[in-house]
Amino acid sequence: MQMSLKQKLAILADAAKYDASCASSGTTRRDARSGGIGSAGGSGICHAYTPDGRCISLLKILMTNFCIYDCAYCINRVSSNVDRARFTPEEVVTLTLEFYRRNYIEGLFLSSGIIRSPDDTMSAMVRIARMLRQDHQFKGYIHLKTIPEASPELIHEAGLYADRLSVNIELPKDASTRALAPQKKPETIRAAMAAVRLKRQESGERSHTGKRPRRFAPAGQSTQMIVGADAARDHDILSTASRLYTGYRLRRVYYSAFSPIPDASAALPLIKPPLMREHRLYQADWLIRFYGFEVDEISGVTPSGNLDLELDPKLCWALANRQGFPVDVNRADRDMLLRVPGFGTRTVNRILTARRSGALRYGDLLRIGARMGTAKAFVTTPDWSPGGLTDAENLRARFAPAPTQLSLF
Amino acid sequence: MYRVTLPALGTFDAWRDAARRLLSHGVPPDGVLWQRDGAGGGDLFAADAPPDTVGPQKVATTRTLLSTAQSVICHRDGQAPALLYQALHRHQSDRRAMANPADPLTRKLMRLQKEIGRDIHKMHAFVRFRELPASGPRRRFGAWFEPDHAIVEIATPFFARRFADMDWTIATPQGVARFQDSTLDFHPPGPPPDLPDDASEGLWQTYFAHIFNPARIHLKAMRSEMPLKYWKNMPETRLIPDMLAAAESRVAEMRAAMPSQPPARSARILNRLATPEPSQTPATMGAARAAAAQCRRCGLREAATQTVWGAGDAAAALMIVGEQPGDAEDLAGRPFVGPAGQVLDAAMTEAATGPCWRTNAVKHFKFKPRGKRRIHQPPTQGEIDHCRWWLDLERDMIKPRVTVALGASAAYALTGNAAPLAPRRGGIEPARDGGPVVITWHPSYVLRLDDAAATTARTQMVADLRRAQAMLQAAG
Repeated sequence: MQMSLKQKLAILADAAKYDASCASSGTTRRDARSGGIGSAGGSGICHAYTPDGRCISLLKILMTNFCIYDCAYCINRVSSNVDRARFTPEEVVTLTLEFYRRNYIEGLFLSSGIIRSPDDTMSAMVRIARMLRQDHQFKGYIHLKTIPEASPELIHEAGLYADRLSVNIELPKDASTRALAPQKKPETIRAAMAAVRLKRQESGERSHTGKRPRRFAPAGQSTQMIVGADAARDHDILSTASRLYTGYRLRRVYYSAFSPIPDASAALPLIKPPLMREHRLYQADWLIRFYGFEVDEISGVTPSGNLDLELDPKLCWALANRQGFPVDVNRADRDMLLRVPGFGTRTVNRILTARRSGALRYGDLLRIGARMGTAKAFVTTPDWSPGGLTDAENLRARFAPAPTQLSLF
Repeated sequence: MYRVTLPALGTFDAWRDAARRLLSHGVPPDGVLWQRDGAGGGDLFAADAPPDTVGPQKVATTRTLLSTAQSVICHRDGQAPALLYQALHRHQSDRRAMANPADPLTRKLMRLQKEIGRDIHKMHAFVRFRELPASGPRRRFGAWFEPDHAIVEIATPFFARRFADMDWTIATPQGVARFQDSTLDFHPPGPPPDLPDDASEGLWQTYFAHIFNPARIHLKAMRSEMPLKYWKNMPETRLIPDMLAAAESRVAEMRAAMPSQPPARSARILNRLATPEPSQTPATMGAARAAAAQCRRCGLREAATQTVWGAGDAAAALMIVGEQPGDAEDLAGRPFVGPAGQVLDAAMTEAATGPCWRTNAVKHFKFKPRGKRRIHQPPTQGEIDHCRWWLDLERDMIKPRVTVALGASAAYALTGNAAPLAPRRGGIEPARDGGPVVITWHPSYVLRLDDAAATTARTQMVADLRRAQAMLQAAG
């Protein structure tokens, strides 16, 4: 039976929705004034939001959801009975361009189940990207999922057409990957990430003639880890993430709360997706990348090695390290200001700029946009001192949500 | 008192011209009444038009101030032009206030600018084109969009850069942007256009409904990023009520479903993919390398990228053993390609060593991430002991007549002697499996030393390598 484009789109969007990434930012600036269609660069644009609160920036689809691997957490595993479909390259190209022309999307995020062999799959995906870039002069954003076992030549070509490449690390611990995704090899996944990093590094270096080689994956690489499918603690997850960031210069590590799938595997019972945990992990991730925190500082606050679900990780760290507070807003250095709960990077930048024009008072901080409800216990200004508040025993209780009675049912 | 009436299109240019002239005459902020064309109600005060000529005072401004004005002037807040004039006026005597984020006027303008920025961003995101019939070769599209502010002039050049190969019209209540044959121009507003149905909208709705994950409803996030006011002009949003209504039952169904019987092809495919268990002791170098890639003898593999197996001439009589791969080796998967490797290469060239096999006592990189760097950590004796299984296998296959140990870890792995390296350096010790081991510095030790000490250590290393080479020649 011939499937309609609409039916295929339904199946292959369903198959793609468990990939969290939808970023379209941070690539080279380009537009269609010199021909073709599309533009990219600068901040990404989210063109729509679904009721799960996630944005739609890219047309996120699988080329096919036929797959020879059997990953227990995946809707597309070989042992699942979901409907299967496969787009022709022309169909993907048409969908991308027609959606793009109507301003529905920023570009394409193409992933795929593994069909026949990793090289077969990767070369089919690269072909689609090549058609978009060369035949249609498409200047929009392309994110290609990289098949770790694919040949280096294919990955190289993929990086020339795609803005971003990604390989999913899948699970925070190698043992879990081996147990739940037996055909995937953690070391092969890491080696693929290392190869992409080295390729990016090469493409940034001028040759001896001063010529720059073609940019390779200018928006970098990212990965995704499933949270809650195995027994890994938040400490393990963040340690793995931090190793990935430093080792492979990833732009992003996405944390994806393990979410129910149709026709689930008996090997992996369905749970309610741990959304708050996912949220806290993202907060911790931000602290590590932009606020100068080390993993151990964040996860060391709780003995369990899991983040506190009630309070955000920065506040938890400050509550456990009150000896460093209160901080004088007018004298503290940037690193210390970044550690004050209620101050974000933007607030800190504004504080540092405003300090050049004179001492900041409490009202100035409010005006600048600091969340003083949180910050006031941790800072001093010429007209504000938290007094005993910083060391008050009930300080945590002031921030924590009110306790609710356990439901009997 | 002066009165300036700003037009609906070309507002910024009109404001800038008027502000420049007024300021050159030294008119204070409370001496000007700013109003928008068609706003009316200005007759309460008798007021003059601004002077036609430029006055004696020089007007200073900054690029930031102008770009702030360019966006804030679009704000529907009636105070916006006056606030901007106030800021420009103050800038003539106080150059720092505009750069101070804690200043009330600056802060207020920043807030207005942020609102405009958001409005523009949402316009770039939520305009939905429908295809119109075209007579020429260029495709034609049209859209109706309702922004909060009069941003049509500053928001639409973005579309001109992006959709350069098609003709399009974006109509808004504040004005119409028309892009035809690569020229963008603006026209006064009209009624909302009647746009024909577009078949791609159906596909887009299919995509929207299916990319949604019913198990993670988060309405607050959706509504704050995609406020209700935009919904009426977006084809996909009318599906949201039904998607929400069905979400809970869809998830319940997933949970209740019993595990199904895998399709018949599943077992066949998985059998084909199954990798045979590696035999106990690999017989060839290739098999050994492949088996080592899967090694789980210690915990280092989880953090490291890959097993870095030895490289070089497998028939060589000389073996050089280092400590462990470093950052560069870990990424590349080959030994001695980083800075320490370069030191070793140079020393080997100087010592004129012949063909050799180079490897490490530990085959995984041990490190601690710190900031953006991976800081090398020395392996423990336990880790060296675990990895010796592989080193022994390598030695068994290469059968070197002379071995050079670079540094204490290699010396320990080869001789079993963990004593400090400095007194042993330059000596020859027996390997655990027999055969002489020349003990020398590790090249990364040379890298860590200061100039004079580094030169000495490098010279010693070269001498040790020469000695190993001489031993080979004497024996061979």
